[in-house]
Amino acid sequence: MIRLDSLTKVFDTPKGAVVAADHISMEVPAGEICILLGPSGCGKTTTLKMINRIVRPTSGKVFINGDDTTGMDTQTLRRNIGYVIQQIGLFPNMTIEENITVVPRLLGWDKARYRERARELMAMIALEPDAFLKRYPSELSGGQQQRIGVARALAADPPVMLMDEPFGAIDPINRAVIQDEFLKMQQALNKTIMFVSHDIDEAIKMGDRIAIFREGRLVQYDTPDDLLTAPKDAFVESFLGEDRALKRLNLVKVREIVSDEIGSVTPSDTLETALARIDDFGYSNAILMVNDKRQPAGIVSRSVARTTKGYCRDHFQSVPAAVHLDDDLRKVASLMFAHDITWLPCVDDDGRVCGQITQRAITSHLGSRYRARQAADATAAKE
Amino acid sequence: MELIQYAFDNIDLLASRTLEHIALVGVAVGLATLTGVPIGIAITRNERLARSVLYAASIIITIPSIALFGIMIPILSLIGHGIGYVPAVIAVLLYSQLPIIRNTYTAINNVNPALREAARGIGMSPNQRLRMVEIPLAVPVIMAGVRTAVVLNIGVMAIAAYIGAGGLGTFISRGISQSDPRQLIVGAVAVSLLAIIVDYSLLALQKRLTPKGMERAASTA
Repeated sequence: MIRLDSLTKVFDTPKGAVVAADHISMEVPAGEICILLGPSGCGKTTTLKMINRIVRPTSGKVFINGDDTTGMDTQTLRRNIGYVIQQIGLFPNMTIEENITVVPRLLGWDKARYRERARELMAMIALEPDAFLKRYPSELSGGQQQRIGVARALAADPPVMLMDEPFGAIDPINRAVIQDEFLKMQQALNKTIMFVSHDIDEAIKMGDRIAIFREGRLVQYDTPDDLLTAPKDAFVESFLGEDRALKRLNLVKVREIVSDEIGSVTPSDTLETALARIDDFGYSNAILMVNDKRQPAGIVSRSVARTTKGYCRDHFQSVPAAVHLDDDLRKVASLMFAHDITWLPCVDDDGRVCGQITQRAITSHLGSRYRARQAADATAAKE
Repeated sequence: MELIQYAFDNIDLLASRTLEHIALVGVAVGLATLTGVPIGIAITRNERLARSVLYAASIIITIPSIALFGIMIPILSLIGHGIGYVPAVIAVLLYSQLPIIRNTYTAINNVNPALREAARGIGMSPNQRLRMVEIPLAVPVIMAGVRTAVVLNIGVMAIAAYIGAGGLGTFISRGISQSDPRQLIVGAVAVSLLAIIVDYSLLALQKRLTPKGMERAASTA
């Protein structure tokens, strides 16, 4: 848990005092990722760096797991907070092993223990220990270096991590991969994380909560979904973008709105049966054909079923696409647009059909939040 | 031919003078490194102090060596060392300050700010930062300063022969006073060769001392 209480930073400049962070109060619950988001110069980085005193607060307090850090020794405080920066900052004179064990060594761990830890960490970030531990940072790619940067921050297993645009300097393809890996790691590690970003998409993807900053003030602090449905003011709205409703597609998994009711036929059914099923289920165009393992095998269209006689196995078209239960709605919508269809079969881990997802279900799910909000507003207006 | 013959005939003397020369410069630059590196590190903490120290060191290096020896004679005579070994070593010590202090200061100051922030952020104390990160990264540039000091002062030390410090300069001073071009040229060539050989040896040492992971970066610099 990280709690900030009226944290303030005033910089004295030749042009007078500049308030970089103005009475920031917020709390990140244990095990959550909080994204500090905002345009440059909004105070998000200053706020982050006051937590480990890279920037010394002018006033206010920082609590970590309920303890006031004000009286703590700076070095001890920092050794108990993982710190990842955009420029990575691996020490070029040290091997990868020396880099990732630097905090344990500062803490005085014995050799056997920190060497063992180095191997554990490498396994965690999916880099082969024997291939990498003895190499130097300059021999690694940018993405590999940032993985090492994350491993270094995790080395002494700190409960709290601060990350300052950690994936900002990595190319988009690798960035997405590292983000996914990091989220997977976080599921197991449950660190309490403050994460600075200026990328709204990254914030939505990574954050359990998002804090929007503007000119040194915390404007809005909410879950991504609440933020996107109910931006507090015009600034937040414009920062989130005109397409903010679409961004919510990223937040919802197929699992949440899948309908397990799906009519299907097998290859040995007749087209007559297929037509009957299409009518029974009220489908307008076609019905899914599954094989004996219940995997999607094809589509039998209504027009074929009506005008032709025979078996489904001889008169089907290929399945345009299927989505997995853990895919997000953004992928679903994209596939629907690409194939000009309004529904898609959903499959589980074994590739077996377990339901369907329709365009209507998507719009209805996304819309429910807005409807609930309008209703609440209407009630509030009456009172 | 005559020169080579002379050099061979006096090979023992030449060797002992060369060793004497190396010992003088070695002791003086060694002491200068022991003072210059800590001074160079210390002044990175205070910019105004850094400016004054570097300014003072620059002034010292502009004093002609003959003049410096002249100044030291009456001062050091007070402790009975007006000429000879002591003033020679002191002169070289002073001349070495600028290259060593300046290179140390620049090298430490130029350590990538991101590395410094990373070092602070993971909880290194200022001394740990110096020992584990800043000094290892600064070693190549500091060594380059030491090399400059050594090469510069192999020349200065040749002049110290005039105040009786010994070394290869003795050949030159005798060559001039005895109008013997053989001694003069052998002395001059020996000083030049020594400077070149020592410079390359120190370059090799510098490469050995450069942290392994930085070799690629250092070779392109």
